[in-house]
Amino acid sequence: MTGVVLIGLMGGVLAGLLGVGGGVLFVPGLILFIGLGQHQAEATSLLAIVPVALAGTYRQNRFGNVRRADALLLGLLSLVGAGAGVALANSLSGRDLRIAFALLTLAVAIQLTRRALGDRPVKPSRQKNDPIQPGKS
Amino acid sequence: MALDRSAKLALIGTAAGLFSGLFGVGGGSVIVPLLVLWLGYTEHEATGTSLAAIVFIAAFAAATQGFYGNVRLLDGVLIGVPAIAGVMIGTSLQQKLPARTISLLFAAVLVAAAIELLAE
Repeated sequence: MTGVVLIGLMGGVLAGLLGVGGGVLFVPGLILFIGLGQHQAEATSLLAIVPVALAGTYRQNRFGNVRRADALLLGLLSLVGAGAGVALANSLSGRDLRIAFALLTLAVAIQLTRRALGDRPVKPSRQKNDPIQPGKS
Repeated sequence: MALDRSAKLALIGTAAGLFSGLFGVGGGSVIVPLLVLWLGYTEHEATGTSLAAIVFIAAFAAATQGFYGNVRLLDGVLIGVPAIAGVMIGTSLQQKLPARTISLLFAAVLVAAAIELLAE
């Protein structure tokens, strides 16, 4: 109970800081602390995201950070994908979905770390084929 | 160029929607970096606009999941209500500090969650 409240709070902070829904924390929280199955956890997470995103939008709008036309277009254009994603999730076994979700979680963690560390641009070439001693004639 | 821009938004939206529906997340981890990278958004604009788009995405995906009978209303309230408080804190924090330390902390939490899930 305390665990799920705490992870809800943390997911919300993450949502506000990073402009995400918080689901990447809600889903494991619902599985590990309440014992929901993967599908139920994902569905319940989506429900919890709605008021979080609404409150976050309200706040960000006051800071002048919401481009409303783009947001509306993005939201509407995502609905087909969202429906397809839900159908796909329900066609997979809970176990497969959980493994895929864990990999997603790791990918987000890596993305966060790279952004936090300044994400140095990838060097254009590894210079493996460059002359080893360019100074020598 | 307007068409190009709409096409980019459509692509971002579709990818985010798929992600959201498949994994039960908002899709913001797809939307935010792509708005910055492809459409020249600032970090703050990208996060604000992403949250607004997520309202639509998550509402539709949750309704569709409801159709499959997977939504647990009370558990949603249990995690969602503290999260509303959290998002208020998060948006305020965002205006004040570069998210670096907090991002790293969250990355660590996510790695732990992933390990727990894989071990389950």
